Amino acid sequence: MAGLVQIAEAREFDLSRDSLRQLNGYLHKQAARDGVKRVRVNRPDGAHSVACGLDADLEVDIHGHVGYYVAGMNQRATVTVHGSAGPGAAENMMSGRVHIKGFASTAAGASAHGGLLIIDRDASLRCGISLKGGDIVVGGSVGSFSAFMAQAGRIVICGDAQDALGDSLYEAVIYIRGSVRSLGSDARFEPMTEADLAAVADLLAKSGMSHAPNTFKRIASAKNLYHWHADADQEY
Amino acid sequence: MCGIVGLLVKNLTMRAELGALMVPMLTGMTERGPDSAGLAVYTAPVSNSQHKISLYSGAARVDWPHLLARLKGAFDQTASIEIHDNQAVLTSAANPDAVVAWLQARDEPVAVLSVGHCIDLYKDVGAPADIARRYKFAELCGSHLVGHTRMATESAVTPAHAHPFTAGRDFCLVHNGSLSNPHLVRKHLEPLGIVFETDNDTEAACRFFEWRLREGDDLAQAVERGFSQLDGFYTFLMGTEKELLIVRDAFACKPAVVAETDDYVAIASEFRSLSHLPAIEHANIFEPKPEEIYRWRV
Repeated sequence: MAGLVQIAEAREFDLSRDSLRQLNGYLHKQAARDGVKRVRVNRPDGAHSVACGLDADLEVDIHGHVGYYVAGMNQRATVTVHGSAGPGAAENMMSGRVHIKGFASTAAGASAHGGLLIIDRDASLRCGISLKGGDIVVGGSVGSFSAFMAQAGRIVICGDAQDALGDSLYEAVIYIRGSVRSLGSDARFEPMTEADLAAVADLLAKSGMSHAPNTFKRIASAKNLYHWHADADQEY
Repeated sequence: MCGIVGLLVKNLTMRAELGALMVPMLTGMTERGPDSAGLAVYTAPVSNSQHKISLYSGAARVDWPHLLARLKGAFDQTASIEIHDNQAVLTSAANPDAVVAWLQARDEPVAVLSVGHCIDLYKDVGAPADIARRYKFAELCGSHLVGHTRMATESAVTPAHAHPFTAGRDFCLVHNGSLSNPHLVRKHLEPLGIVFETDNDTEAACRFFEWRLREGDDLAQAVERGFSQLDGFYTFLMGTEKELLIVRDAFACKPAVVAETDDYVAIASEFRSLSHLPAIEHANIFEPKPEEIYRWRV
């Protein structure tokens, strides 16, 4: 394929020269045929949908900043962004691991069903919105409306949270080390159990972060919104 | 959807490269805004007794030298004009309100895009790259720039609906987003004698802020007041003679990225419009937080 430089069992792309379609097409099909396990991407320069829709045991290292939807819908692959990510990083991830070494914009890990998303620095608003089973570890702080309507999965926040954290949570659980400007409707602090401490320790270890698990607080759903209350104040 | 871009150079030697650095920023936002584009550039000021007026003739053929000759006869023998295709920047010592009224009274097919000591304004419909070429954006010099690429969602695609919007002197605003109460804002401003030129939502925000500036607010105070008065989604980027200011709504619905070095501060809807800038790999790159005001002075 044009524009490729072969280095042992790895491949290298340069998005200032190679097209996004060449890269993603290679990751989707040709990498497996070639027996390539590692792919390096240089000069992403804010491109959208880099390494999107993967379904293979690949290691993809992206050197630079990316735009919308990096590693969206990821399955099995390990995608590392050595830079920051635009909106919707690892959106709807199914499995695998996505690591953003810088910050992540809005809706990181939105609707992820599985896998692990690690963000070393801050995540913007709506991180983990509608999470459906994936795990997210944020080294920094998260913006407002994070974990809104999160249904399953876990979010570990090493920094602070802005407004309405965990609004309308279902069965997802949030662990936070810093302060919470405000909890969302039906979200509440709960005591940390031994199982919670073990879960936080495990997720931090997998993410290469070294905080003491007992410095985290647990937030989960009070489940008051699970059923219709005819007597509740229905004014909006 | 729209794209916004802004650039302020701190390193005075880079003022000559302002336009050249901006063009890839603007064209980089073509996918976010393919139907119209524009920019305001803040140049070295004209003398205190003079004003610059950016004029636009659209598809109409205007004999600019002839227009200048008549204006000289009516007002000011020292007036001069710089012509850029269907746009021209008039510099005159006459009262700018009188000049604008004179142009309108003579039924000249020209629209006034901006008035001020520093601001030159260009906007038109079409692809951003074509507009950049038409007006030779790469050759622009100055201290700071505010640019926009438009994908219209709420009002017509015409040059008048393109951004930046201006009001008063040396003030401009570009917008990514949509306001839900522009008519209410307008209903509040029109009885104060404030005249609107279009039905565009962004114009309501622009005239609201400029009204507050005239009422004595500084720009940050005006923006704070806007949090309770302007409803909807927005990333606003504003320019005055002295500063560049960006603010996002409480939900941060529309994106923005800032890259700052010792030499410049560059702002864009997305990083892909910043990747070509010098020493970008060493820049401090961050996203403006919702309802936080970020401003840089010239």
